[in-house]
Amino acid sequence: MAECHPVGFQWVVEAKARGAKVIHVDPRFTRTSALADLHVPIRAGSDIAFLGGIVNHILEGGREFREYVVNYTNAQVIVDEDFRDTEDLDGLFSGFDPGTGRYDPSSWNYAGMPVATNTGARKGRIAAGEAHGSGGAKLAHGNPPHLDPALEHPRCVFQLLKRHYRRYTPELVEQVCGVPRAQFLEVAEALCANSGRERTSAFCYAVGWTHHSTGVQYIRTAAIIQLLLGNIGRPGGGIMALRGHASIQGSTDIPTLYNLLPGYLTMPIAGSHDSLEQYLEDVRLPAGFWGRCDTYLISLLKAYFGDRAAANNDFCFDHLPKLTGNHSIFPAVMGMLDGWCKGFFLVGENPAVGSPNAGLHRKAMARLDWLVVRDLVEVESATFWRDSPEIETGELRTGEIPTEVFLLPAAAHTEKDGTFTNTQRLLQWHRKAVEPPGDCRSDLWFYYHLGRRIREKLAGSAEPRDRPVLDLAWDYPTEGELQEPSAAAVLREIGGVGADGKALSGYLELKADGSTSCGCWIYSGVYADEVNQADRRKPGSDQSWVAPEWGWAWPYNRRILYNRASADPQGRPWSERKRYVWWDPAEGRWTGHDNPDFGATTAPDYDPPDDAEAEKALDGRSPFVMQADGKGWLFAPSGLDDGPLPTHYEPPESPVINPLYGRQTNPVLERYERPGNRYNPPASGTYPFVFTTYRLTEHHTAGGMSRTLGYLSELQPEMFCEVSPELARLRGLVNGGWATIVTSRAAIEARVLVTDRMRPLQVEGRVVHQVGLPYHWGRNGLATGDGANDLLPILCDPNVHIMESKANTCDVLPGRRPRGPALVELVEGHRARAARERSGGGGDR
Amino acid sequence: MTAGPRMGFFTDTSVCIGCKACEVACKEWNMVPQDGPLRLSGTSYDNTGALGASTWRHVAFVEQQRDDQGLRWLMSSDVCKHCSSAACLEVCPTGALFRTEFGTVVVQADVCNGCGYCVPACPFGVIDRREDDGRAFKCTLCYDRLRDGLEPACAKACPTDSIQFGELDELHERARRRVDSLHEAGVADARLYLEDEGDGIGGAGAFFLLLDEPEVYGLPPDPVSTTRDLPTLWRAAALAAGTLAVAVAAAFAGGRR
Amino acid sequence: MSASGSADGDRRNGGRRGGPVRRVRGSMVPEAEFRSYYGRPILKEPVWTWEIPWYFFTGGLAGASASLGLGARLSGNHRLARSAWTVAGAGVTAGVPLLVSDLGRPERFPYMLRMFKVTSPLSVGSWILAATGPAAAGAAVSDLLGIFPRLRRVAEAVAGLLGPALATYTGTLVADTAVPVWHEAGRELPFVFAGSAAASAGAAAVLSTPAAHAGPARRLAVTGALLELGAAQAMERHLGELGEPYHQGPAGRLARLAKTCTAAGAGLVAVGGRRRRGLAVTGAALVLAGSACERWAVYKAGFQSARDPRYVVEPQRARLAERQRQQPEH
Repeated sequence: MAECHPVGFQWVVEAKARGAKVIHVDPRFTRTSALADLHVPIRAGSDIAFLGGIVNHILEGGREFREYVVNYTNAQVIVDEDFRDTEDLDGLFSGFDPGTGRYDPSSWNYAGMPVATNTGARKGRIAAGEAHGSGGAKLAHGNPPHLDPALEHPRCVFQLLKRHYRRYTPELVEQVCGVPRAQFLEVAEALCANSGRERTSAFCYAVGWTHHSTGVQYIRTAAIIQLLLGNIGRPGGGIMALRGHASIQGSTDIPTLYNLLPGYLTMPIAGSHDSLEQYLEDVRLPAGFWGRCDTYLISLLKAYFGDRAAANNDFCFDHLPKLTGNHSIFPAVMGMLDGWCKGFFLVGENPAVGSPNAGLHRKAMARLDWLVVRDLVEVESATFWRDSPEIETGELRTGEIPTEVFLLPAAAHTEKDGTFTNTQRLLQWHRKAVEPPGDCRSDLWFYYHLGRRIREKLAGSAEPRDRPVLDLAWDYPTEGELQEPSAAAVLREIGGVGADGKALSGYLELKADGSTSCGCWIYSGVYADEVNQADRRKPGSDQSWVAPEWGWAWPYNRRILYNRASADPQGRPWSERKRYVWWDPAEGRWTGHDNPDFGATTAPDYDPPDDAEAEKALDGRSPFVMQADGKGWLFAPSGLDDGPLPTHYEPPESPVINPLYGRQTNPVLERYERPGNRYNPPASGTYPFVFTTYRLTEHHTAGGMSRTLGYLSELQPEMFCEVSPELARLRGLVNGGWATIVTSRAAIEARVLVTDRMRPLQVEGRVVHQVGLPYHWGRNGLATGDGANDLLPILCDPNVHIMESKANTCDVLPGRRPRGPALVELVEGHRARAARERSGGGGDR
Repeated sequence: MTAGPRMGFFTDTSVCIGCKACEVACKEWNMVPQDGPLRLSGTSYDNTGALGASTWRHVAFVEQQRDDQGLRWLMSSDVCKHCSSAACLEVCPTGALFRTEFGTVVVQADVCNGCGYCVPACPFGVIDRREDDGRAFKCTLCYDRLRDGLEPACAKACPTDSIQFGELDELHERARRRVDSLHEAGVADARLYLEDEGDGIGGAGAFFLLLDEPEVYGLPPDPVSTTRDLPTLWRAAALAAGTLAVAVAAAFAGGRR
Repeated sequence: MSASGSADGDRRNGGRRGGPVRRVRGSMVPEAEFRSYYGRPILKEPVWTWEIPWYFFTGGLAGASASLGLGARLSGNHRLARSAWTVAGAGVTAGVPLLVSDLGRPERFPYMLRMFKVTSPLSVGSWILAATGPAAAGAAVSDLLGIFPRLRRVAEAVAGLLGPALATYTGTLVADTAVPVWHEAGRELPFVFAGSAAASAGAAAVLSTPAAHAGPARRLAVTGALLELGAAQAMERHLGELGEPYHQGPAGRLARLAKTCTAAGAGLVAVGGRRRRGLAVTGAALVLAGSACERWAVYKAGFQSARDPRYVVEPQRARLAERQRQQPEH
């Protein structure tokens, strides 16, 4: 966190000054570790084993926050009798179909309560998780019928959890993760001791958890721990997802993701959501705030299509694109290679450096007809046609590349108005400080005027396919010579407007009759009272410790979600010390330091009548108001493609065989194996070392914004690798010298930093070496070098299509890499050698 | 011009996260040029190397393997000490170096003729001459910002308040409290450096909390301003000059031949 | 900043180097392990270039020659006076451009006289030069052209009396820095420079004066050489370990060369005397070479001393330890 979020890290330092204990679990000893109380070096890719060990420690020792677990989680629920755990099926859950390579989750149901079938998802190979946006998965109405409040029934969630994690002992953790038993116990104990009524503990994670083939399950395991310890919805608790850069939270809220609409509504799926009615039927949950999603969607359609959207045309629902499959970036890149994806807009992204298997991306872009790049500087993705590494090796020839590349200069964040949404769901407005120079334009300007010009070209068309574009409400006010659209007006539209034309105060005011419009329901209220709430800057010293008047958090300026859980089932704070939100019986409403994340007047003893809907269908003791049963899910009966309980699988490129099960890797892993994207075999002698990619404070992602600046370039001028002294001795590497790192995809060179901060680990009785690679470098700019991501495979977590960039294998050779075609020979030579080896077992399909 | 309270820096390296925001903020505000070729140093994450004419904040990185206590990574932002007894100022023949109303030491770039005498005079190796410019440069403690009631750029940018700016007396108190609380927390290594007004430079306008001996960070353990010995030096010069005069006189005692 | 290429031992713990008990500044102190930041220098090396050691030489030569010239004039040895004043005039005429050229902003040379600052030997020295320079040059010109004889007498008095100051202040100048090999030799360096100046002035006069009139010059050359050699010896003994640069690298080679030339030269001058002018002249040339080498040795030693952090850390550590022993406060 200190490396990648140094400004945010000041709060960790502040917490430490107030007596908090900081534990840092990371394969490397980073600048965060330097300030942590304890650093735990862990083998990259083994976090589920580590976290599972903690779950086991909690359960075996009876350390869970019992009252919280019994009342606020689904621990009591009894699961379907057909459910089989990985313990029974040697690494698989019940329902796996080797033919399709997917799970049928019906045996994961709650007993007596089927999950609504999701035929649309099956057809399109769209992950189940996506199909329900953030609303978890669908359960039939009501609470699960079979419960055991004593948590003893062998098929209740609590016991299933115990059984599943029983093997994750401290000895197993040592064996799999390379973390000494004593150190693991220190961490587990510290967590347990600092949780409960009087104290809470928080997890912070970033890309070190997300960029894995089982990334979603990593986070799930942390969620299980936090639910067991009663740390969710409470001050000082929770799980903080540190995002990859400044407004990536915003770009999932108002998404730039193919499968989501604003506010985590699912994009309609062809064949399942062919009408508005079908969509709402499928997506709406019987209980919780997701039960109101008709109001969210229809208000969104009104924001998109304005007066054109009306009840008699389903509010232009048909104009929305429908998914027919996995349209995420990697299939699109394969489409470029295969010739059916012809054009590409690259806006503030640099796949030639930043994407996994960057070389394949460069070759893919070289097959396009046209490419539009919008960026502040001339990034490698705009110049690949003349200077990519493939030109040097001869794999590409400039004269033969058909791609027409348009480089359009973009305005920087200081040159335009707008918001950043940070990881705490906090929107902060920023104001233009200077005019953009020359031809530079903001993204808002670009898309607005692009849309305007396309509509002008299409005006008068009778083609049905042109209707969606022509029906858009596209009348934003513009300012100044450049006719810059007003970002404030867009924010206001996002926040929503009522029938009276006034800005809305929150999503509870949204209607399904077309009288309200709202660009993103969770942002509704950001312009309440016609005030740009995101622009508020009241200093922290002038307000309460929650500081609600700095910026605006979605939804409803709520600073901690699920904060009902900060009070006990009777509505009293768990302790004075951790008082946050509580029930005031005299007033008959919830009150406290934050906006209660609960029905304002829903009493703790409220029990819903059978016909109750949406949030009213949840009782007064169910804080997880976005779930159909209002409980935190220790066991996820649906919503995830790869299992209801996190399980340790080895990363696809791993130096060792999975000691837990016969199943080596995530059975539902998304593979894209093809020429140019070959994988290293597991436990390969050719690629014996683990490598992990990461960031440095001094540079920013693919380097476009940092390697072009002198002041930052001189801080970290050259690409380097970090190796332990032991690995250096083993491979003849010298501090300050050069090394060549090789995988099945590519070979790169890097300067060598020999450091004790990288440590070889004892894993399954042998030494596993790890190599650290910052991924910022490319050929353009002042500080140049080879790109680490050339080495990565394209292999994804099935739930969210995110690649494994953190735990892969490689070989390391001393000295600089070959130039020209010899480089390709080096890579191919290694691949051939790996193929000739007999690699270890692994029950992959 | 009436002098107000003495202003300075307290750099608490125990909370430094090595982010180098101080280096960048300083360079941006003062328009300090790039310092040397873009080349990896191989010395941990420190590619800056040392303070100089074109580096006025320098973050040091020291990796230590300590058998009993495991791995430690010390990080520290170094800066001109703005000594109470400033050798650079004392030896400057043109008066370019002067003491401001804030008690800080600043080079007047329009006076400095680049004689370079300040360079070997500094016991910390801070000030240096910029090759392509000819004049000597160093940290000004953002004199222009102080005149407008702002804090120096590095202090403003530092996210963890490792760099604290304020009245020197108040900083001393804060620092002593901080050392005490670190000692109580079991960090026996914590110590203050250049806070003592009785030391060889009269205490510094920029003092530090370190977690190991100063030389580990590239700092002199017991710096003394050369001016302390000036009386001795001048005495020796006078005696030597006298000796020379006597030698000349004696040469004529033997007559013409 | 160039890559530091640290050895493995230097990489950890910021560079530990143990070692036996060392003699530091004449006292035996048990050495704590020496630690540094990757072996990097703590001090900055001087930014001066070749002009400065040549200025030491020409300034010393000029200053002592001026005194010699005054002495010659007062004792009626006008032939010797002529040579001495010519050398003095040439010395300052060569010296001033050297100083100006070494400045980072040469056009700002007049700023040296913006103030008179007693804490700055460079300031004091600039004023000494400002007075002595024109006086010596004027005296030389006046003598050669035979003009302004009364002014010449004033100029000779001024330059002759200030001459020793001109010849010795540069020793104090380098001593008034943080460079250990210079600062710790602050008591000896002015004597080294004085001796060197006297030797070179005597030698220059021997070369430019007929033997019959050069007696005082010969005597000054030998006396100066003895003073130079003696003071240098005392300096190295006093410096102890800090004097290592005089035995290593370029400074070491120059120091050895200086000793050899000066000693041999002085010997030849003494032996050659009045009768064997050939020997005396050879000797004088050697003494001049020795004097120049000695200035360069001192100059180079400063760079070597500043470069190695050990010379800063070890004595300071020892001093700290000594203070703690004497005042066990905590």
